[in-house]
Amino acid sequence: MYGNDYETPDAQRARQLEDTPESFRELLATEGRVEPRDEMPDAYRRTLVRQIAQHAHSEIIGMQPEGNWISRAPSLRRKAILMAKVQDEAGHGLYLYAAAETLGVDRADLLDALHSGRQKYSSIFNYPTLTWADVGAIGWLVDGAAIVNQVPLCRCSYGPYARAMVRVCKEESFHQRQGFEILHTLSHGSPAQKAMAQDAVDRYWFPALMMFGPPDDNSPNSARSMAWGIKRHSNDDLRQRFVDMTVPQAQALDLTLPDPEIRWNEDRGHHDFAEIDFTELFEVIKGNGPCNQQRMEHKVRAHEEGAWVREAAAAFAAKQAAGEGAA
Amino acid sequence: MTTEPLWEVFIRSRRGLSHVHAGSLHAADAEMALRNARDVYTRREEGVSIWVVPASAIEASSPEEKDSFFDPAGDKGYRHPTFYHVPEGVQHL
Ligand SMILES: [Fe+2]
Ligand SMILES: [Fe+2]
Repeated sequence: MYGNDYETPDAQRARQLEDTPESFRELLATEGRVEPRDEMPDAYRRTLVRQIAQHAHSEIIGMQPEGNWISRAPSLRRKAILMAKVQDEAGHGLYLYAAAETLGVDRADLLDALHSGRQKYSSIFNYPTLTWADVGAIGWLVDGAAIVNQVPLCRCSYGPYARAMVRVCKEESFHQRQGFEILHTLSHGSPAQKAMAQDAVDRYWFPALMMFGPPDDNSPNSARSMAWGIKRHSNDDLRQRFVDMTVPQAQALDLTLPDPEIRWNEDRGHHDFAEIDFTELFEVIKGNGPCNQQRMEHKVRAHEEGAWVREAAAAFAAKQAAGEGAA
Repeated sequence: MTTEPLWEVFIRSRRGLSHVHAGSLHAADAEMALRNARDVYTRREEGVSIWVVPASAIEASSPEEKDSFFDPAGDKGYRHPTFYHVPEGVQHL
């Protein structure tokens, strides 16, 4: 998108729509849904595979930071809730892998692409969970941001992805609430507990804002995804929506968002907030975040150590099938 | 690594309703597929009964011939009650 390759988003949109099958164009024009065996442009298919796979990987890797606290949850109630949440994230990963597979890719290849680093997951999961309050901050801010990103995807032009997102969004709402509740309890506890909650919010606020991706003027594929009905709102619009809904929630928590520039702007009808320093995001994407290496090592190890389970299941299935044949 | 076979999952959400497609998953055999389906698709009491079907056993109509395939029904409005003229005031018809 730099140098000679540059074209305006409008020109790009027009060109993209030119090399598309008529039936596909008609579906998009009528807000219809594209289903797996429909004709679709190659680039649309590739974009979806990349996005859905990255989304699935994020759900799976996202189990790690919170899983870190299951054995140390402060009560049985919190432990049961956290286990249910982490189990939901595994489910989200599975819905999404299944959606990606309808586009003709193989599950094993997707896992391989993650393990070898060819495909990415959301950078937010490369931050450590240092205290119990981080579990609260993740539920409130990280799941909160994910919800803002995911709700419009329920109307995505690709049917299987949209349907997976409907299920995911239904399940997400308790994730955000339980995080809010953790922080609310801490914030209204002892001074040390309140300080712990504030520290978690201080560390997770900007990374959560970066989950919406780079600013619109530096988001090379956004226009095309919008033309294809994969994306419904720009990164900056979604980020603004998240800020607007989170500011009053922070007040209810009696916690401060770590940005002195946040204030209501009467003219815009939105909250102003500080410009985000994206150099950190790009560093984390490149692999230099605090936990990149740990997350990948853990994932690969879990996969390799689980190989005997898959082999045993396959051997048992083969034996049963042979037995049935003989009977 | 090879991928386990794909299964399509159908769930009856409550007695009296049909099974409806919920999604798909991989499993080595039918029994594992049922157990996985319970964990993946009914964590919130979404079902009282589950079917799993090998995806390879499903024969689907082709989207390319969707026009010719469904055409025969297109010009038969008389299969719907709204096709008929009913005089004013006639009831229970
Ligand atoms: Fe999730
Ligand atoms: Fe979640």
